[in-house]
Amino acid sequence: MAEIGKSSSQKTRIEVSDGALIPEKEQRATFTAWRISFFGAITLLVLLPLISPEPYRRIITFLPDGIMMTFIVTILSIVFALIVGLLTGLGRISRIKIINRIATVYVEVVRGIPLLVQLFYIYYALGKIIQVPRLVAAITAMTVCYGAYLGEIFRAGIQAIPKGQMEAALAIGMSRSQAMRRIILPQTIRVVLPPVGNEFIALLKDSSLVSILAVADLLRRGREFAAKTFYYFETYTVVALVYLVITLFFSKFVSLMEERLNRRE
Amino acid sequence: MSSNRPRVKIVDACKSFGKIEAVKNANITVEKGEVVLIIGPSGSGKSTLLRCVNRLEKLTSGEIWIDEDRLTAHHADIRRIREEVGMVFQSFNLFPHLPALGNITIGPRIVKKTPLNEAEDQGRALLDRVGLADKVNAYPEQLSGGQQQRVAIARALAMNPKVMLFDEPTSALDPEMIKEVLDVMLQLAKDGMTMLVVSHEMGFAKAAAHKIVFMDNGEVIETAPPEVLFNNPQSERTQKFLSHIL
Repeated sequence: MAEIGKSSSQKTRIEVSDGALIPEKEQRATFTAWRISFFGAITLLVLLPLISPEPYRRIITFLPDGIMMTFIVTILSIVFALIVGLLTGLGRISRIKIINRIATVYVEVVRGIPLLVQLFYIYYALGKIIQVPRLVAAITAMTVCYGAYLGEIFRAGIQAIPKGQMEAALAIGMSRSQAMRRIILPQTIRVVLPPVGNEFIALLKDSSLVSILAVADLLRRGREFAAKTFYYFETYTVVALVYLVITLFFSKFVSLMEERLNRRE
Repeated sequence: MSSNRPRVKIVDACKSFGKIEAVKNANITVEKGEVVLIIGPSGSGKSTLLRCVNRLEKLTSGEIWIDEDRLTAHHADIRRIREEVGMVFQSFNLFPHLPALGNITIGPRIVKKTPLNEAEDQGRALLDRVGLADKVNAYPEQLSGGQQQRVAIARALAMNPKVMLFDEPTSALDPEMIKEVLDVMLQLAKDGMTMLVVSHEMGFAKAAAHKIVFMDNGEVIETAPPEVLFNNPQSERTQKFLSHIL
């Protein structure tokens, strides 16, 4: 999906900056694909309540709390996961053996366990020892899981920077940590932005799993409504459309950001 | 502070990578204000030895002195010594996320805590000195190879080093750009900078070098002033090498 967003945003930029350029056929097709999906979903979300207020209007007024919760879970999780991921990535390339080992084991273990199982584990299994609120457990599980994936992205990003950069920084008298902060990481951000953007969108979609812990996110609110009213088809159609709009919006946003970084290079 | 110490003194330097001995018992002395050129076939350990002088590589045994600092000492303050030893790389290694001026000022600002204004004034002066006063805001990718290398020289000079190391500074350059870099290096030599240079630029050697060191297979074979080494090499290996490149 991010790839679709990517080419479409490049097209947008070209159209805006230089009207004389005609998009290539292939890119025009992907641009249309994003447009069809995004504006199609929005159109449906607007039209359905107009055409058939019962039950669509009720569904749509019932869901915003859930959308809010989905955002809260996603944003808090990605922020914490980025911090954990950066530390993990640095740990994975650390010369201190014990730190390196801890980071590597963490990545291996977490990537080997499905997120759904991790959610259950943190809330129910660890809940036997320390009971934490559902939302906290949900965000913790998402952070732990995505921290490992982001850690690998950061590691790869740091290692993608040519060795000469660290050497040049050391040669002018910087310490390794100064060189990391001033020279390596600023370049890493550019490299990792696309995969981090993809992880963000994946996390957004995976956040629907937290509904299993009865966190009242978008999917959970939909389930509640459908269970009460038996409007399964209508409710889940709206839920799916809302996820689609949010996801497409962010994939566009991510690719625009990427674009800007690329242009500044 | 004994002022008659050489600026750089390499004593019995050995460096191995696993089983491969890259440098064997090398001895080189660079006096203050001297320009010393290391030549030799590829794989002869020249670059490795040079990289040991600011400890990007660590000697396996032997000693390296920068004035009265023993670089190879356990407690040596490597970062302070590196500030005093400028290095110019074959592949420039400019920081691509910073403009030319930023490349030059980041060292003084971060390492020496020089105030921004002061660092930038100095940076502009250095860019002027390497003939790039108009490229202050250019990013590395917008510069030609020769220009990048001159920025890299200015970046090293910004730390106000006592000695400059050049690791094949012109071998990644297109022929028409070599001169502009060599001109900057010649000017530096004229200004009295102490320089240790790995290069095969014979024009530069004749114009600026006080001494030529010929290395082969990790060993220093011969050290002599350029006119002696080029016209009357003592060792057979030196003769053979020179016959290939002259």
